[in-house]
Amino acid sequence: MTPRNFLVRGLLAGLIAGILTFAVAYIAGEPSVDAAIKVESAGEAPHAHGQSAPATHDGDHHEENGTEVSRQNQSTWGLATATISTGIAFGGIVALAAAFALGRIGRLRPSQSTALVAALGFVSVALVPFIKYPATPPAVGNADTIGSRTTQYFVMLAISVLAMVAAVMLFRKLVDRFGTYTAVLTSAGAYLAAVILAGALMPTVNEIGDFPGDTLWYFRRGSLLTLATLWGVIGIALTGLIGKLYAQESATQARRDLAASL
Amino acid sequence: MSQVTTATPEIEIPSIPLRELAPWALFFGLIGAFILFFISADQGAVSIPAGTAIHEWVHDGRHLLGFPCH
Repeated sequence: MTPRNFLVRGLLAGLIAGILTFAVAYIAGEPSVDAAIKVESAGEAPHAHGQSAPATHDGDHHEENGTEVSRQNQSTWGLATATISTGIAFGGIVALAAAFALGRIGRLRPSQSTALVAALGFVSVALVPFIKYPATPPAVGNADTIGSRTTQYFVMLAISVLAMVAAVMLFRKLVDRFGTYTAVLTSAGAYLAAVILAGALMPTVNEIGDFPGDTLWYFRRGSLLTLATLWGVIGIALTGLIGKLYAQESATQARRDLAASL
Repeated sequence: MSQVTTATPEIEIPSIPLRELAPWALFFGLIGAFILFFISADQGAVSIPAGTAIHEWVHDGRHLLGFPCH
């Protein structure tokens, strides 16, 4: 049980997650991205992005500044680059967080604390920011507000992650005195109260205009499935790998103890 | 060696001391943040380097992973 052992397994879990996330994003997400780009190209959306000349897209997506990546590349190699890089980065971060959580959250065994870290990571990094600022397909979103929308998204993300860290610390403080049930209830309630308050205070973004509602829903459903796959596979793979590592190390330790006792 | 064992009566749960974890967490946390910046936000609100090549390449992933794209 060393930081290296955790990190190597996290990077591997992230790689697996990135590849599976690409498959899910391609199957569940790409059709609605294409549909949204068709809407954008047809000029039906009130906030067609950028200052590009209208109706010259012809299938390719924002090519106005000279750089051009074909839709074919964006939806395959480009998408794979994004999902695999993100998977490996989050895999490594989750693994190091799990290494820190090891033996520090109640009496959870290594695989249990690892699974908990991944689950709390999904809720705080992906789910809660998504609920406040859901993913938007191409053609939704005013190019002039990308700065403020990016800031708002990452502020919400930061609040959510910090609130989750604080909630786990609160749990640790309470668990010995009040028991697991009360400690979980109190800390989960505190996290919820914090992100609900933050969500209520943060500005609302609504730049949907008359973008078709069904396409928007299919896109957001695909996006949520993509995020759930990323975090779910990282959590499942890393939990399995850490559980196996702990079993091996425990067996080695047991043999050493036996040898020493002879 | 690298293990500290908490004094629980039956199951021994190992934990990793902070001073061993800190350099790994700092270095890979920074690398992770760097990678995520390029995937999630570069050449949208801020552009390092200028242009749209990175934005274009990871465009679909950025939308589907829920980051504000454009």
